Amino acid sequence: MIKKLAKSIREYKKQAILTPLSVAVEVVLEVIVPYFMALLIDEGINKSSIDNTVRIGIALVVFTLLSLFFGAISGMFAAKAGSGFAKNLRKDLYYKVQNFSFANIDKFSTSSIVTRLTTDVTYVQHAFQMIIRIAIRAPLMLIFSLIMAIKINLNMSFIFLGLIPFVALVLFIISRLAMPLFEKVFKKYDDLNNIVEENTSGMRVVKSFCLEEKEKEKFNKKSEEIFGLFSKAEKILAYNSPTMQFAMYAAMILIAWIGARIIVTTNSTELTTGELTSLITYAIQVLFSIMMLTMISVMLTISMASAKRIVEILEEEPSIKNSADPITKVEDGSIEFKDVAFSYIGEKEKEVLKNINLKIKSGETVGIIGGTGVGKSSLVNLIPRLYDVTEGSLLVAGNNVKNYDIETLRDAVSCVLQKNVLFSGTIKENLRWGNENATDEELIEACKLAQADSFIQEFPDKYDTYIEQGGTNVSGGQKQRLCIARALVKKPKILILDDSTSAVDTKTDKLIRDAFKNKIPNTTKIIIAQRISSVEDCDKIIVMKQGKIDAIGTHEELIKSNEIYKEVYESQTQQGGAA
Amino acid sequence: MKKMEDKRPELNKGTVKRLLKIITERYKKHLFLVGICLVISSVVSVSAPLFSKKIIDEYIVPLLGTENPVFDGLRNLILIMCGVFLVGIIATFIYNRLMVIIAQGTLKKIRDTMFSKMQKLPIRYFDTVPHGDVMSHYTNDTDTLEQMISQSLPQLVSSILSLIAVTISMFALSWQLTLFIFFFVIIMLRVTMSITKRSGTYFIGQQETLGKVNGYIEEMINGQKVVKVFNYEDRAKKDFDQLNENLYNNMVNANKFANILMPVLNNLGNIEYVLVAILGAILAISGKVPTLTIGTISSFLALTRSFNQPIRNVSSQANTVVMAIAGATRIFKLIDEEPEIDDGYVTLVNAKIDEKGNITETEERTGKWAWKHPHHDGRLEYVELKGHIEMENVDFGYEPDKEILHNISLYAKPGQKIAFVGATGAGKTTITNLINRFYDVEDGKIRYDGININKIRKEDLRRSLGLVLQDTNLFTGTIKDNIKYGKLDATDEEVINAAKIANAHEFISMLPNGYDTMLTQNGSQLSQGQRQLIAIARCAINDPPVMILDEATSSIDTRTEKLVQEGMDKLMKGRTVFVIAHRLSTVRNAKAIMVLEHGNIIERGTHEQLLEEKGEYYQLYTGAFELE
Repeated sequence: MIKKLAKSIREYKKQAILTPLSVAVEVVLEVIVPYFMALLIDEGINKSSIDNTVRIGIALVVFTLLSLFFGAISGMFAAKAGSGFAKNLRKDLYYKVQNFSFANIDKFSTSSIVTRLTTDVTYVQHAFQMIIRIAIRAPLMLIFSLIMAIKINLNMSFIFLGLIPFVALVLFIISRLAMPLFEKVFKKYDDLNNIVEENTSGMRVVKSFCLEEKEKEKFNKKSEEIFGLFSKAEKILAYNSPTMQFAMYAAMILIAWIGARIIVTTNSTELTTGELTSLITYAIQVLFSIMMLTMISVMLTISMASAKRIVEILEEEPSIKNSADPITKVEDGSIEFKDVAFSYIGEKEKEVLKNINLKIKSGETVGIIGGTGVGKSSLVNLIPRLYDVTEGSLLVAGNNVKNYDIETLRDAVSCVLQKNVLFSGTIKENLRWGNENATDEELIEACKLAQADSFIQEFPDKYDTYIEQGGTNVSGGQKQRLCIARALVKKPKILILDDSTSAVDTKTDKLIRDAFKNKIPNTTKIIIAQRISSVEDCDKIIVMKQGKIDAIGTHEELIKSNEIYKEVYESQTQQGGAA
Repeated sequence: MKKMEDKRPELNKGTVKRLLKIITERYKKHLFLVGICLVISSVVSVSAPLFSKKIIDEYIVPLLGTENPVFDGLRNLILIMCGVFLVGIIATFIYNRLMVIIAQGTLKKIRDTMFSKMQKLPIRYFDTVPHGDVMSHYTNDTDTLEQMISQSLPQLVSSILSLIAVTISMFALSWQLTLFIFFFVIIMLRVTMSITKRSGTYFIGQQETLGKVNGYIEEMINGQKVVKVFNYEDRAKKDFDQLNENLYNNMVNANKFANILMPVLNNLGNIEYVLVAILGAILAISGKVPTLTIGTISSFLALTRSFNQPIRNVSSQANTVVMAIAGATRIFKLIDEEPEIDDGYVTLVNAKIDEKGNITETEERTGKWAWKHPHHDGRLEYVELKGHIEMENVDFGYEPDKEILHNISLYAKPGQKIAFVGATGAGKTTITNLINRFYDVEDGKIRYDGININKIRKEDLRRSLGLVLQDTNLFTGTIKDNIKYGKLDATDEEVINAAKIANAHEFISMLPNGYDTMLTQNGSQLSQGQRQLIAIARCAINDPPVMILDEATSSIDTRTEKLVQEGMDKLMKGRTVFVIAHRLSTVRNAKAIMVLEHGNIIERGTHEQLLEEKGEYYQLYTGAFELE
């Protein structure tokens, strides 16, 4: 797992190595400084020697400046390495997701992918920065301080050895007790945020049912739970600083008591008063390093879960790939399904399409009708190879779709999805998704076909009107027409409309279909619809039922021969139908 | 970078005051105790180096060279130290525990205030403010605030207390050296300020670009399927790279400055130490300042180190404080938003109606409702709730200078179905927004059973109106919970009945957990059509006298819709319905159909009348059946 993540360091390898190195030097210098400070007192001040004071002082200043230098560059290296690593990791994840097929995306769900790319990356970045700086610094500090303490006086350093395990153990227990509570708190926070999210987007529902009070109760309950858990966790953590203080004071008292006896009994040969002061400093440094180490272990455990989730994405294999020697031109818009079966999870029992045989000639207009969940969308999603067939084969222009270059295929097969989205940006920018280099005339032409030009012209900024994220500032019908126009900009050989005019009124719907007939007669058009009126003038209409083709025919034929079609037709035309 | 300079981090004084007020208001006693404990804890920690000075000066040095050293005095001092330290530790423990309660309690208070405020805000707020912004008040802004209250605040206070204690002790030892230290502190603060100012600027930039990158990721990943269909991957990568690079630059700079702050302060402290030592040595040895002994200098040096510690602490908290105050300012802005005003005084009550039509108010659920209308002259009038809606010359616009509805007049008698048709943007949804007072009319009147709806309490008005929207919002919880949303005290039987009316019972029963199936993320495991069916069931259980269906069945296939319609027709008998739909099959059997264009009703009548008129409706309608 770590190997996989470490790959994202790349061009920041230099900084990633230099950071711990300069941290190491900085630590050595920081450990030496108290030693010289002691020397300053013993040799300079206590001996009343200005000479010595200045000499040792200068040495100290030199060390300090060196320590400053290394401290500063290690900080800069760490900033670069950490931010760079995060940048690359985010990029790797993002690029990886761009290669995902629909099946890959379904597997993770979009919201989970988003969390992995945002929150999880932040956690891993923090962990990484911690490793290259503090995880190096704390143990080094511990070791060097211990060495210096032993150098000063071996016997006295046993005090350290007694305190270290005590502090480490207590802090460890505290963090292990608090951690599961924190994990629970985070989960509760998710619930809380979920309530806020649902309320902001569903405020109309809340207000129309007058459930403000109930929602408040729901929120307050969660808020109360968070308060309880968080307080409990933080109260455990509140033992941290008294423990540290206890250890520090204990060290001071022990060092002072034992040290004083040694100094007096040996008459300063074994230990001097200056050394006594530096011993106390080292004791504090040792204890702080231990605290750092426990903190690191907690943080690393938290980020482990994030790291795992990230690696899952990095290791996911895109389920649809280009074939070895792909065809780069789609000749025409003919389509053929040969014994096609399809299942989203590849299991035979859960097939959503069965035994599909179908031939569509180039330039034909084909309607598909059937209830929700009968496999209409699944059927058309196979044509641009958004999913691969489970059984059988699918030919476009006489070639198996698997033999085409994916980009070529998808450029030729333009699909207006049922759950369609516009992106933040101007109308023009959105339309150019279809073709980056389309001229303004081409865009307007496409919009005229999709009956979008008229309402765009009514906007004050016309084609430069800014579309908000998710297209919230245009109505449902306008959104659908813009999506159709965007698909037309591609000038596809095959155009698929997956229930794309449901929010468009019947008249406009008709105008769109007429425009298709007259302006792009050579494009194969496949129209999925709920309304009979949207498909009745098609060259052929496919009626689907439970993953199978129930019947194929023209409106006149089906109305006579097909039960389902007749029923749907009647449900939409009864009463005034004869008028 | 010029632009960035303008966004220099700044402390909003009003926010600080208000925040302190919230904290102090609720936790006076706690804070008092915390204050005492902080003082004790700081004094103890400052006294620690003084003790070692005392040990060295008064016990070790005099005892040096004595034949049989007596350690009694030293032992006594050590015992005193033990006592003092113990008190310090206990004080630290107490204030840490108290701070937990104060911090978490304050945060809970702020969270709850925010949410209950949010519930009072008008729909306009949610229609205009990006939901991500609202969300970040509860996440980012509260997080930084949490950090500040629980960590920075006690740090700051204890640091200041330590500084005071140390300064006093230093003055007592040598005012000359103390002045020198002050001079040095000013330098250190200057350095800190210039570094934090820079890092602060970049930190704010980092927050902003991080928001942009995350927003971009969210938008793109949510539209990933569209990206694939359009082969947009490469362009999506290009845009992403640019944003990511921007974020990187801000992040590097913010962290760079933040990272070098500590080494700079540490080493400045060391230099200060050396300079004090040299200066002190010169002063002491030259004998110009007689009070300055060797012992004094070494303890002064020890104090110098304890002096630098709190300064470092304060500096390291600077960024957190700045960011937290900025967050708190945003939170307070939400709390200060203008709430939805409700000065309605007509309420909805359970009623008993005798044969003569006399209405009396009652506590029990009778299934009959009445408007309780207290007139200004003290008269109390009861009007039976029937569902008679009347609009009279209504004008409206979402923005003051852009009128969307012009002079709309219409009525719906109890039990009638009124349909709105017309192109998108014609104002159909806007009309329904006015009936339940999500927005208020600009001019004209809307009457409900003869009462101006401005006089009706909003809660009661909305309770009497059922609303089913095109975009279905379901809530986390079971399907049963979601249906019960319409009537909290509904029995399981009522839930199933409502589901049967909406034709949702069939598919719900097919789910492995039936009505107890958990829905998450707006019911993402269900199809759009199934979600709409649940929304209809939710409305049906509420059994309102007036229903507004805004494209409520657009995602349900026509066969199912027919079944739903049958159930609804049954349910709607004797009730008023406003329906908006593109499918003319949905609106055909309406009592009256209003054709809207650019905010005007251009045609009205029954299906047959409108067809005969051969106007816009005829065109819309025959657009579908031209071939016949």
